[in-house]
Amino acid sequence: MIWVIARREFGAMFLSPLAWVILAVIQTILGYMFLTNLDNFFVLQPQLIQLENSPGVTDLVITPLMQVAAIILLMVMPLLTMRSIAEEKRNRTLTLLMSSPLSMTEIVLGKFLGMMLFVIVLVSMLMLMPLSLYLGTSPDSGKLLSIYIGMLLLLGSFTAIGLYLSSLTENQTIAAISTFGVLLMLWIIDWVSASLSNGHSVLSYLSILQHHQSMLEGVFDTSDIAYYLLLILGFLVLTIRQLDRERLL
Amino acid sequence: MSDVLVQVENLSRYYQNHCAISHLSFSLKAGEVLGFLGPNGAGKSTTMQVISGNLAPSEGEVSIAGHDILEAPRAAKQQLGYLPEHPPVYRDASVDEYLKYCALLHRIPRSQLATAVDRVKQQCGLEDVGTRLIGNLSKGYQQRVGIAQAIIHNPPVIILDEPTVGLDPIQNREIRSLIRSLGDQHSVILSTHILSEVQATCDRVQIIRAGEIIYSASTKALNQGHESSCKVALRKPVNLEELLSLAGVDHAEALEAGRFRVFFAPDANPDALVEAAAQQEWGLYELIPEQQSLEDLFIELTHSEESAAK
Repeated sequence: MIWVIARREFGAMFLSPLAWVILAVIQTILGYMFLTNLDNFFVLQPQLIQLENSPGVTDLVITPLMQVAAIILLMVMPLLTMRSIAEEKRNRTLTLLMSSPLSMTEIVLGKFLGMMLFVIVLVSMLMLMPLSLYLGTSPDSGKLLSIYIGMLLLLGSFTAIGLYLSSLTENQTIAAISTFGVLLMLWIIDWVSASLSNGHSVLSYLSILQHHQSMLEGVFDTSDIAYYLLLILGFLVLTIRQLDRERLL
Repeated sequence: MSDVLVQVENLSRYYQNHCAISHLSFSLKAGEVLGFLGPNGAGKSTTMQVISGNLAPSEGEVSIAGHDILEAPRAAKQQLGYLPEHPPVYRDASVDEYLKYCALLHRIPRSQLATAVDRVKQQCGLEDVGTRLIGNLSKGYQQRVGIAQAIIHNPPVIILDEPTVGLDPIQNREIRSLIRSLGDQHSVILSTHILSEVQATCDRVQIIRAGEIIYSASTKALNQGHESSCKVALRKPVNLEELLSLAGVDHAEALEAGRFRVFFAPDANPDALVEAAAQQEWGLYELIPEQQSLEDLFIELTHSEESAAK
């Protein structure tokens, strides 16, 4: 049942040009950045060779690329998640799901998985760039895997937050803007920690990109994984509760 | 197992402080078509939303084929097909895709998918538009897709909220005969404010006003058992008492010059009136039978209570 909804959700994304345009724009911009980074790497390479334990191509090309990708996607993901529930509410098609023999959990999980399929497509296309490095050199495979999983977890939490905010309103624009606001807040929340002595660790633990950074560097820490999984789970539960609550209003 | 498919008991629903329906109770037997009538805002749609599980009741219980809608929503909803006021169709999907999706949502096995889709397309007259996008179809066709969606899993209970809105007269007749034929095997609850539709399709009528059932009867009884009246026009002035003294006359009222409305007791006929008119040379020149239609009843009920409320 979850799978039926997920497939419909995934397919519906490609029925509008939005998904195609997003994939194309992101791929173009990041492709250009990838080439720039690679060029810089060639300039630096002669000096790096003389260093012992020097950073490799993964650290100098891929990690910065994915940092930029994370920030671009922070701005783009709200556009993808905004329609998920808000559009169904506006078009009154949510009634179809509500009167089908489905639990609210199945509906929400179906929606989430459908969008995650899109995220997997998106991240896999981005990963083609680092994989192309195998043609000429040997990047750090373990690090690449950590980066891949890190991106999926990061975008998964973006999706869960977007899904929840989409369930709060009928208006897609409001859903998109509020999702963007929450994501931005979660990004900059630890900026203040430089001037604060206490509370520092709490704020930087909350920061969504802080956890991503360590995964980009190839550090696979359970506390980071737990952070993302809790965030995803939390917002999915909130979404289920929100939809349940609306039947009572 | 009893043959009561829908059991609604003491159902109330509040929107904040506004009471949309209060203490509704009724039941629906297998193979019965129940018509829900009421003026706008009477609570028809709310009742249907609650029965279909889209809204939670504030008070009371709904059970469908023995499954409580709150305690066993999945089993209850499996027994139910629901067409809301606005057909819940995806404008960006084709009719075939959409119906397939609905079938899967209702747990129809993949092996029976194509047959189920073909069957409802044939029932609802959608054979020619299978590959077209729903968004490009006319309102009438979208409405048919909505009906197809509600019956695709062959549910024992079908709830249709104003199913014939936006249909042309021919489609209208087709949908009515479809509803009639559904009534043979399924139980149907139908809301509408087109009164002739109720008389044509329903076995039983419930008129609801301000969230309360104010009238409930079978349409057969409605068509037969009501007192009949005649409009009588006489050339010679006649006293009201003289009319009242005639056999079979229940009561009468004087209208404008020389005209009366005479009400007969059930199963009586105007024989005595005509006889007396001929014998006493009243100059009877008009005798028009008036049948109390559902429309009169509807207007009488909804209006009289409205003015009483004021």
